[in-house]
Amino acid sequence: MSVAVDRPRSAARGASSDRTETKVRVRRHRGPKTRTAIQAVVIAIWCLLPFYWMIVTAFRDVGFTFSTDPWPSHVTLDNFRTAFSTELGNHLGRALLNSLFIGVVVTAVGLLVGTTAAYALARLDFKGKSVIAGAILAASMFPGVALITPLFQLFTNLGWIGEYQALILPSISFVLPLTVYTLTSFFREMPWDLEEAARIDGCTRVQAFRRIILPLAAPAVFTTAILAFISSWNEYLISSQLSSDVTQPVTVAIAGFQGSVPHQEPYTAIMAAGTIVTIPLVILVLIFQRRIVAGLTAGGVKG
Amino acid sequence: MIVPTGILLAVVIGYPVVSAVIMSFQKDAGLDKATGLFVAGGFAGLANYSHWFLQQCTTAAGTGPCPPGNIGAVFWESIGNTLFFTVVTVILETVIGVWMAIIMNRNFRGRALVRAAILVPWAIPTAVTAKLWYFIFDYNGILNHVLGTNIIWTAGEWSSRFAIVIADTWKTTPFMALLILAGLQLIPEEVYEAASMDGASTVQRFFRITLPLVRPALMVAVLFRVLDALRMYDLPAILTGGGGGTGNATTTLSILVVQQIRQGFNSASALSTITFLLVFLVAFVFVRFFGANVVQTQAAQQKGELK
Repeated sequence: MSVAVDRPRSAARGASSDRTETKVRVRRHRGPKTRTAIQAVVIAIWCLLPFYWMIVTAFRDVGFTFSTDPWPSHVTLDNFRTAFSTELGNHLGRALLNSLFIGVVVTAVGLLVGTTAAYALARLDFKGKSVIAGAILAASMFPGVALITPLFQLFTNLGWIGEYQALILPSISFVLPLTVYTLTSFFREMPWDLEEAARIDGCTRVQAFRRIILPLAAPAVFTTAILAFISSWNEYLISSQLSSDVTQPVTVAIAGFQGSVPHQEPYTAIMAAGTIVTIPLVILVLIFQRRIVAGLTAGGVKG
Repeated sequence: MIVPTGILLAVVIGYPVVSAVIMSFQKDAGLDKATGLFVAGGFAGLANYSHWFLQQCTTAAGTGPCPPGNIGAVFWESIGNTLFFTVVTVILETVIGVWMAIIMNRNFRGRALVRAAILVPWAIPTAVTAKLWYFIFDYNGILNHVLGTNIIWTAGEWSSRFAIVIADTWKTTPFMALLILAGLQLIPEEVYEAASMDGASTVQRFFRITLPLVRPALMVAVLFRVLDALRMYDLPAILTGGGGGTGNATTTLSILVVQQIRQGFNSASALSTITFLLVFLVAFVFVRFFGANVVQTQAAQQKGELK
């Protein structure tokens, strides 16, 4: 029986022998256990069913768009071809590259700037620290629409509408508070004694940080990078207003997908596009599941 | 070291907010009737705000009630929609999220699989989620087929509202569940064992132990979701276009701001300032009266007080 293996905090709780006995005694009653299993299955189905429906539809022949067959009948790859074809005014290929480019730049800048701020918040004592921490937190709660009107006007004046920087700059403002908070709570849990020991041995603060802390922080930084990238990949509001056909990211591209028949939703092609956009993300999330949960809860519950 | 972050946030958030507030007190630029020249609007006083709160429009003839069809009239309806979505989705997400978290906190075979499954809706971009549910909600779609109904999900007044509630609940409950699960895992098992020995029932244990002890994590999760729901844009914009019913049944404040941008920056600024004040008011109320003190929670957890 696999018990408490994947429970991150089980070690912290300790395992006294008499508690293990209690657990075993409780488990002899089969009723509650079966009920838990059934509820777990309900949760999994509820979460996965719409996603499954998207993938199944993506492979269906257009003529069978509304098929209620739970299995992928009349399988075809045409929808993926339609999704990438530029004849209908869709730019999925281009949009994927745009999202990738914007995501990488936003993540890189967010991490670079966020790491230093997080380090300062976690490690240094300075005046106004709590005010700054509060301001960064407040920034993360900011409604995007509060920015869009002035940005629209500013970028119009600068001639930036439809340019990449008009999409990257606002996105950084959403990603930055997230990186600062996630990293701050990770940094607080680091073994800073080691860094201090290194400094006593003659390292400068920067050296000690680079040689001791940064390698240890790498997993946390990596987790934050994934969260930042997903956040940027999801951005829609600003991009839908400030991008052009050439610079639009996937979210905007999918929302405005054109079909071969006017005024008719090209569902199968949209589902194919949705599958392409989602699958890499889902794979990424599943591979780094444990870390992402840690990152989400670090940025959420703790800060 | 904090300076780069400070500068970036000041440029990308500070500047727009300050200029939005300034813009909200200005008239839109237009043609001056007397000279025929295009002039900047100048100071407008509270005209942009009365446009929304009182549906008073400024025309060449002066200030009066807005003509029919003016989107200023949608203001109170969109406030109502926004609050409806916030209250209903957050209640649903909290209840389902607590349930999911409790199940996932138990030990069972395949626990890791369920935890992976709940990350899937979270990982799908909202724009894709909206399109996916648009397909599911289609008149000929699978939902009507499964339910055996003929509901026009994305166009009816209440059906379109509930379509958004359902899609939003599906998408964001996992996030809630994860935050609550993290809180649950901080509760030592000994507390439950002691309660069991004292003869507490499952229901008693839930209300007397689980809920009070998970409260800090729960309040933060609820606060985050409330603020997200108040600024909701992607989902209703793509799923229903803000339409439904007589045309505005799912227009949220954020959608209204975007619609207004096309008609005049300064009124849009006033509306975005209203939205931003509403969000901060709600955040303040939460932190002040419900004890969702994010910073304190963090500090307390750091010191181990919440363990």
